[in-house]
Amino acid sequence: MKRALLLVPLAILALFVAAALWRLSSPPDPTIRSRLAGQPLPAFSLPAAVPGRPALDSAAFADGQPRLLNLFASWCVPCIAEAPMLLELERRGVTIEAIAVRDRPEDVARFLQRHGDPFRRIGLDTASKVQLSLGSAGVPESFVIDGRGIIRYQHVGVITAKDLPVLMAELEKAR
Amino acid sequence: MIAEAGLAALYLAAALALMQLAVSLVPALAPQAAQVARPLALAQGLLTAAAFACLIVLFVRTDLSVALVAANSHSAKPLLYRFAGTWGNHEGSMLLWVTVLALSGALLAVASRGIPERMLGATLGAQAALALGFYAFLLLASNPFARLDPAPVEGQGLNPLLQDPGLAFHPPTLYLGYVGLSVAFSLAVGALITRDVGPVLARAMRPWVLGSWVFLTVGIAAGSYWAYYELGWGGWWFWDPVENASLMPWLAATALLHSVSVLAARGGLRTWTMMLAVVAFSMSMVGTFLVRSGILTSVHAFAVDPTRGGFILALLLIYVGGALALFAWRAPAVGEGARFALVSREGALVLNNLLLSVILAVVFLGTLYPLMVEAATGEKLSVGPPYFDAVVGPLALLLMLLLVVGPLLRWRRHEAPLTKWVAPSLLAGVATLAATIILAPDISLLSRLGLVLGVALVPASLMPLAGRSLRRTPLATWGMAIAHLGVAVSVIGMASDSAFSRERLAAARPGEQLAVGPWLVAFNSVTPVAGPNWTAIEAELAVTQGGSERVLKPQARTFTSPVTETSEVAIATAWNGQLYTVLGRQSGQRWQLRLWWKPFVTLIWLGAGLIALGGLVSLIGRGWTNRRTRRRLAEAEL
Repeated sequence: MKRALLLVPLAILALFVAAALWRLSSPPDPTIRSRLAGQPLPAFSLPAAVPGRPALDSAAFADGQPRLLNLFASWCVPCIAEAPMLLELERRGVTIEAIAVRDRPEDVARFLQRHGDPFRRIGLDTASKVQLSLGSAGVPESFVIDGRGIIRYQHVGVITAKDLPVLMAELEKAR
Repeated sequence: MIAEAGLAALYLAAALALMQLAVSLVPALAPQAAQVARPLALAQGLLTAAAFACLIVLFVRTDLSVALVAANSHSAKPLLYRFAGTWGNHEGSMLLWVTVLALSGALLAVASRGIPERMLGATLGAQAALALGFYAFLLLASNPFARLDPAPVEGQGLNPLLQDPGLAFHPPTLYLGYVGLSVAFSLAVGALITRDVGPVLARAMRPWVLGSWVFLTVGIAAGSYWAYYELGWGGWWFWDPVENASLMPWLAATALLHSVSVLAARGGLRTWTMMLAVVAFSMSMVGTFLVRSGILTSVHAFAVDPTRGGFILALLLIYVGGALALFAWRAPAVGEGARFALVSREGALVLNNLLLSVILAVVFLGTLYPLMVEAATGEKLSVGPPYFDAVVGPLALLLMLLLVVGPLLRWRRHEAPLTKWVAPSLLAGVATLAATIILAPDISLLSRLGLVLGVALVPASLMPLAGRSLRRTPLATWGMAIAHLGVAVSVIGMASDSAFSRERLAAARPGEQLAVGPWLVAFNSVTPVAGPNWTAIEAELAVTQGGSERVLKPQARTFTSPVTETSEVAIATAWNGQLYTVLGRQSGQRWQLRLWWKPFVTLIWLGAGLIALGGLVSLIGRGWTNRRTRRRLAEAEL
């Protein structure tokens, strides 16, 4: 009896390890889905992030073309990692619009010069207002918008090589 | 070069730890193991400290070619936070952990007179085994010195919530507590291996437990105060998994602290003390695992990584599982130790241990229950403050009741009546009960009992000092009295906060006046302000209680890198409590203002400070008596 009692701590440990293993092998889905998926893009009108380039306006999205809307910033290190993937998407014929969050025109220009420029239009969201209205909490973040200006898919964080097929499929679906 | 030097030092330290473990495992070497292990442990400690120093230099210089620095620092950050950024991330904090572990091992090797050589050899072996696992973890899964090529132009900064002077030193404090318990663990393992559990072991273990416990107490209190003024929700304890992760080792250490006294003074509670020594450090590891693996969702943001979580889990399984198996195997040989009557100091301490263990079990269960349920049924649920308050509250009050009489009882058997000693407490308690019923009839039973027992414990905790020459009273007794007084002060603060707090949520225009509790708050203006790496909206509040006026400036702050919004709370502290103000969002012409009046809330942390001070006084006292006893023994031998 006494011996059995001494094994109780080991049993508790086993239970703890089993539960922890289970959680480690099936992690909960941490992505925050925008409540806006399936809803029209909120109305906004942003000035051009880089002088001499077109500005970005929410009305421009309802022209029948599905496209990607990318939120980035020149101060965002993960955005550097994402840059080649965006160039690859552009090479595959995807139209990419962008919003530079809390940025300065000269910094954005330098960023594009250094890491490539796959964007058609870039709006400057100085106070994060549009970012917040999109239900986005951080950069980088990307949205698939269909031809009628409806948000179809949200990608939180860096786009990596393994995300490309998913994004291409979502863009195809939004057609 | 600095990063490479740090990495090299870490590899070398790991190699020494491997040798230190090997020495204790070779049976032929066992009798001399300690002699060989001593210099190894010392060198290992120094090398690890050197590696940590390298990382500090890299962070202070913001060397962006090191991946860890680039991901967690920023050149615009104030020096203090570049320094604290060293451990404000996963790799750095694990390096800090192993540094404290190795330095504890070194200290044990150098300052461990009185421990039998064979036991010390086995203990240093166990300590090396612990360190080895964490070296492997750092070198294989989370190398803090990895380079980044090409180096980015700017770093990403430290989580703005962590940019706070108090928090900069919160993790090291907690880690000193967590890891200090590793020595108690290793000593227990060493004693179980050599079958030598007795007062000598207890005396060797006690300073480590006391020291760790002091650090844990300070760390938890600092963390609680940080959450209180940084998160802006006005509470001081949320029963969040990350908070519980620090509370569980503290509960186990508190129980161990008391049972180790019984073992040292009376040779009793042998098996139980060994068990607690293993459990206390196990709780440190469980805490580290919970925080670092992110398997539980918490309001405190930490990096989540299943691979690393798996690594720590494996270490936990090896060490805790190994120690518990050793315990189950050897415990019958350890024996019960000295017997005692139910009504005695030992009896009270056993009851104290049982209550603390039940509280520990309740917190452990509550923290992991959602996970267990989801694993078993797939159903998601959460266990929050209502459960913990309802279960832990009454148990804690029972513990307080025990605190009133326990320290007055004699060792082995108590027969004299205690009436004379308990009378002041009884009087204070009854008076408080009457006063709260008349003045505050509506407060909850738990708060009322908390106030009553808290006030009753004030004279009771000082009783062990009564009737003796204060100058000749041992420091350990002083320490006990101070710590118990601290418990009383803390509990009064908690009960007062939950019973008498007043909250006011208002949408106000500049120029308006608001009242909360005894305070009058004039909302003067709102202005934008800028700091080194943030911008903010700042409200100016002129607050008055009685005559004198003070100006509070709560802020809604936005950090640029990474973009995060925080509330900078402004607090006015008066002798009778705190006015706590938070500036919320703008809606049209109005601003959300959240005002709390919290009577005597400061007593919570003041009490915690007294508890830690009591531990410190006791630690100093024990060190002093130990040295005197040793000297006397040495003289007697001559």
